[in-house]
Amino acid sequence: MNERLQAGRQALINLVHKMLKFLNGLGKVFFGNPKSVFGTSVLLFFIILGLFGPFIFPYSTDISMLDQLLPPSWTHPFGTDLWGRDIFRQIVAGTSDVLSIAFLAATFSVVLALILGMFSGIVGGFIDKFILFLTNVFLTIPSLPVFLILAALFTVDNPLTFALILMIFSWAGMCRSIRSQIISLKERDFIQICKVMKMSRGHIIFKELLPNVGSYILINFIIVMKNAITGSVGLMLLGVASFEPTNWGAILTSAKNNGALINPNSYMWLFAPILCIAIFQLGVIVLSKGLDDTLNPRLRVM
Amino acid sequence: MDAVKRVLKRIWLFLFQFRYFFMKLGISILTLCAVVILSFILIVNMPGTVIDSFAMQLSIQRRISLEQAMILAKQMLNYDPDAPLFERFWAYIQQLAQGNLGISIKNNAKSVNLILKELLPRTLFVSSISLAVSFVLGTFFGSRTTWRRNTIGAKVLDGYIVVSNSIPDYIFALILITVFAFRLAWFPNQGAYDAMILPGFTLPFILSLLFYATLPIAAYVFSQLSFWTMQMQGSALGVLGEDYINAARARGLPKRLIVRRYLKRNAILPLVTQLAISFGVMFGGAPLMESIFNYPGIGLAFSQAIVERDYYVVQGILLFVSVIVIGVNLIADTIYSIVDPRIRRSA
Repeated sequence: MNERLQAGRQALINLVHKMLKFLNGLGKVFFGNPKSVFGTSVLLFFIILGLFGPFIFPYSTDISMLDQLLPPSWTHPFGTDLWGRDIFRQIVAGTSDVLSIAFLAATFSVVLALILGMFSGIVGGFIDKFILFLTNVFLTIPSLPVFLILAALFTVDNPLTFALILMIFSWAGMCRSIRSQIISLKERDFIQICKVMKMSRGHIIFKELLPNVGSYILINFIIVMKNAITGSVGLMLLGVASFEPTNWGAILTSAKNNGALINPNSYMWLFAPILCIAIFQLGVIVLSKGLDDTLNPRLRVM
Repeated sequence: MDAVKRVLKRIWLFLFQFRYFFMKLGISILTLCAVVILSFILIVNMPGTVIDSFAMQLSIQRRISLEQAMILAKQMLNYDPDAPLFERFWAYIQQLAQGNLGISIKNNAKSVNLILKELLPRTLFVSSISLAVSFVLGTFFGSRTTWRRNTIGAKVLDGYIVVSNSIPDYIFALILITVFAFRLAWFPNQGAYDAMILPGFTLPFILSLLFYATLPIAAYVFSQLSFWTMQMQGSALGVLGEDYINAARARGLPKRLIVRRYLKRNAILPLVTQLAISFGVMFGGAPLMESIFNYPGIGLAFSQAIVERDYYVVQGILLFVSVIVIGVNLIADTIYSIVDPRIRRSA
């Protein structure tokens, strides 16, 4: 009895130890240098804002003409819009939508690029040529016009369809470079040894190849997130994606369409979403740079 | 027999030199097919009510009965919903082969070719000037800062690159138009030239064109400059490690001369293909930029056609822009393979 308890305790300690080690690794990756610390904090800030913000600062769509276009104050940190609604609360309410579009688009394109890139790199031959051709096509067709057409053909009103449309053009470049990485990895000694040792294909793919492209995937995940936000706001500005009115892009669009470009009183309405987009993008770029420094240390020539 | 064989071998060897070009040509043609199929899908999925309203419009304009108008509309649009899909595709290909991109169904049956002819020069004007400016400045800054990374100028440039990467070009455009066109009123907020000046190849007209294009060009340059600077820095960093740079330094050549003669020339080479890609990116981004500045180019026409559901204009402009982008890519690849023979051998 005592022995079993002892064994159980040992297992628990081992588990906790492993988890701590994992967390330590995560910490090293995401807080490894000042750039990553800044980027991670910005990202975490927006994630927390998106998750808990709507409970702390509930947003009501009530229109009150008395509060039209108020300047920033303690009750309305970013002022109010043309219909007297608080802009800060709109932005808080829209955060989760913006983030989920970005996360979904990044996940979809990374998964597609990974599957196709690894497949084409490992299998080679005709399939490889075909996939390479596909990426070529997607890299040469101008993307925004096709986004526009797709957004006009399908009604875009939830994060899922939006993310699907945005992913169409973001996987191709990634797929190519995953493919070339896999091809160069395949010739390296450790993979050759695995093959000689008759290790299973699953082991080689998931335990040997995948970890080696992991850092590249992580960094590109973040870059695709950034591009997805840029693309989604652009589509909303052109008025082809009807979306939740609290989405940052939708706030920007309604500000632009309601004379915020001309009326100095409504500058806050225009610049609040711009500021949020810019800060988020800045955080994401700095994070990707920081991750790059941590995960791919290179010797600078000069 | 032997002679024929030898001649055939000669021809084969001659063509073999250009295998890289032929491969690229094949890929371009296939890409073009993909675009044609995409635009055909767009036309096929067009709801039938679009044709009805077009016929209605025709019957009012030309004072003919609705049935006649319907037949005329189908003839004009080369549209036959009852025919089998393959026949419709064949008719579509034939129409495209004649150089006919279709007609607008919203704007008085104006042909897409005419729209392109009117508006393309403006988009080309803005995009080529901004591409040239940002390329020249970007390669200049990029080659300068690779050599000395710790000057104040290089730090300012780094800061600018981060900022311009985090602000999308259209948002910068919005800020520009708010500040300079509406608040300060230094620049016009719409149009391509002053309506008071007679169009023609005269100095005032060209100055007016430039004046109206200043803000769009500024917005493009702001976003493109950082791209070129980064590309140039990356490329120049690779060149710095080469032996001929070390040899030049060992000979005691002044740094300015090394940068100009050795570093810049060799580092610019790989950017030639990038030039074509970014030309495509600019054409793709035109709908957004031009609709923010209300600049009447093909981008604005395209985004208006999307909002109005003018399907034929949409497919016409998409096809045309794709042909340009694919063609430019092909030319750039070919030039690059002539300039840099290594790429021909590896293909």
